Amino acid sequence: MTEAEYIARWVTPGARVLDLGCGNGALLKHLWQARQAPGYGVEIDDAKVLECIRNDVNVLQMDLEDGLSAFQDGSFDFVILSETLQAIHRQEPLLRDMLRVGREAIVSFPNFGFWKARIQITFAGHMPVSRELPYQWYDTPNVHHCTLVDFEALCAKLGLRVLERQVLTGGSPVSFLPNLLGSLAVYRVSA
Amino acid sequence: MIVEARKAKFTEPLKLSSGAVLPEFEIAYETYGELNAARSNAVLVCHALNASHHVAGTYAGDPDNVGWWDNMVGPGKPLDTDKFFVIGNNYIGSCFGSTGPTSTNPATGKPWGADFPVVTVEDWVAAQARLADRLGIARFAAVMGGSLGAMQALQWALSFPQRVRHSIVIAATPRLSAQNIAFNEVARQAIMTDPDFHGGHYYDKGVVPRRGLRIARMIGHITYLSDDAMMEKFGRVLRRAAPGFDFDVDFEIESYLRHQGDKFSSYFDANTYLRITKALDYYDPAADYGGDLSAAFARAQADFLVVSFTSDWRFSSARSREIVKALLDNKRVLSYLEIDAPQGHDAFLLDDPRYFGALRAYFGNIAL
Repeated sequence: MTEAEYIARWVTPGARVLDLGCGNGALLKHLWQARQAPGYGVEIDDAKVLECIRNDVNVLQMDLEDGLSAFQDGSFDFVILSETLQAIHRQEPLLRDMLRVGREAIVSFPNFGFWKARIQITFAGHMPVSRELPYQWYDTPNVHHCTLVDFEALCAKLGLRVLERQVLTGGSPVSFLPNLLGSLAVYRVSA
Repeated sequence: MIVEARKAKFTEPLKLSSGAVLPEFEIAYETYGELNAARSNAVLVCHALNASHHVAGTYAGDPDNVGWWDNMVGPGKPLDTDKFFVIGNNYIGSCFGSTGPTSTNPATGKPWGADFPVVTVEDWVAAQARLADRLGIARFAAVMGGSLGAMQALQWALSFPQRVRHSIVIAATPRLSAQNIAFNEVARQAIMTDPDFHGGHYYDKGVVPRRGLRIARMIGHITYLSDDAMMEKFGRVLRRAAPGFDFDVDFEIESYLRHQGDKFSSYFDANTYLRITKALDYYDPAADYGGDLSAAFARAQADFLVVSFTSDWRFSSARSREIVKALLDNKRVLSYLEIDAPQGHDAFLLDDPRYFGALRAYFGNIAL
């Protein structure tokens, strides 16, 4: 199953969703088709915004770093941050803001504790470059990598409740040693 | 595309926002493409300050008179007239064919001049609705405009929520700022203090307050361009070999503004300019709702596309984001583009590939 399909399982039919860093709008389109869940995407990249319009997805060209002041308190059922957390400069205010405008937040990110990343650092002695993390350290949109343990510690610090966690590698669920064997983590959290 | 200007005459009086009544009026308009059998493919294009109903194409025998949004509207263009039936209209109070200050006042048999009432964006939309009725269009697939035209696209969604499927709002503001009004007032003062203005009754004196119009247009042009665009286009380039130490044209920008002022004052009507700037100043759909724009948009039912340009300081992106916020508060179907274009307010007339690509895709997705 894809990440989008796992997320769709959590999104209740007809729920209102906000997808932050929505890319080409594929997830929103999937949630509309699979769950009849209407919503908006937020994206800053010109080419991706254009793809969203082509995909007939509601897209708002805005910078997430400016916060979510355009959105009212509690105006969404789910606020999604899919593989974007690591590219945000200030995670704490954004996570708080997500749970101000949404009932629940769904957050996914590449797990920096994945064994392949650990091996590259430990034995090759360089920053990980892989299918999940395809960038060189000097040319990457990613500024704040974390592991499952790190993210859960941040949730605890912010007083956020982890409702559900799905760890994946190559689209397959991982339950044994997830912080070592999982390449992608997907969380459902609430305030 | 060879096009033809038409006029529709309406003899039922139109009550205006000011309380004045226009006993009868004409609207100049053009159409492009064919209205489909279901009458579901009509798009109304609304113009800004100095444009007209001549949106696209050229007139037979006049190949140089190209419509003002010809890059946007036509066969195979972003607003594709092979798919849509597009209507360009000239709003009332203008000077390009619709009833305005230069038209004959039926009560006196003379030009209205200063007696032509001040009209508002709401009045324009009410008049356009009469045109839609006349053309048999119950509901527009889209109403679209830039700048002052965008105000009409917004107002359509408020005045006639059932009659607009998509409102396309480009380089807009939900209300003028004090600074915007200030610029308009300087322009009006330039016109009204011109000795040839004669309190607006200059037609029968055989003069035109050309000096005032020139200055009004020069001020306008400063606000249409960004500082960067102006510097890029003109810099500090001199028109003559060395500074003249006099007050003739030294710099390219001076020459440009004088040229724009001369051109404009040769065809635009001063009484119209006064009225259009007032319509801009007065527009404020939130005013009846204690300044709450979200409450004002509660009755809107259209889907919206809002586009702003980051270098536009006349109607900045922050103003468009106010519109976006009000629409989000009302859970409207909505997309918002903030195009990082350098040209300033005028960017809405230029074919930036991101902007035109988005409009092409958006119109492409409108099901008929």
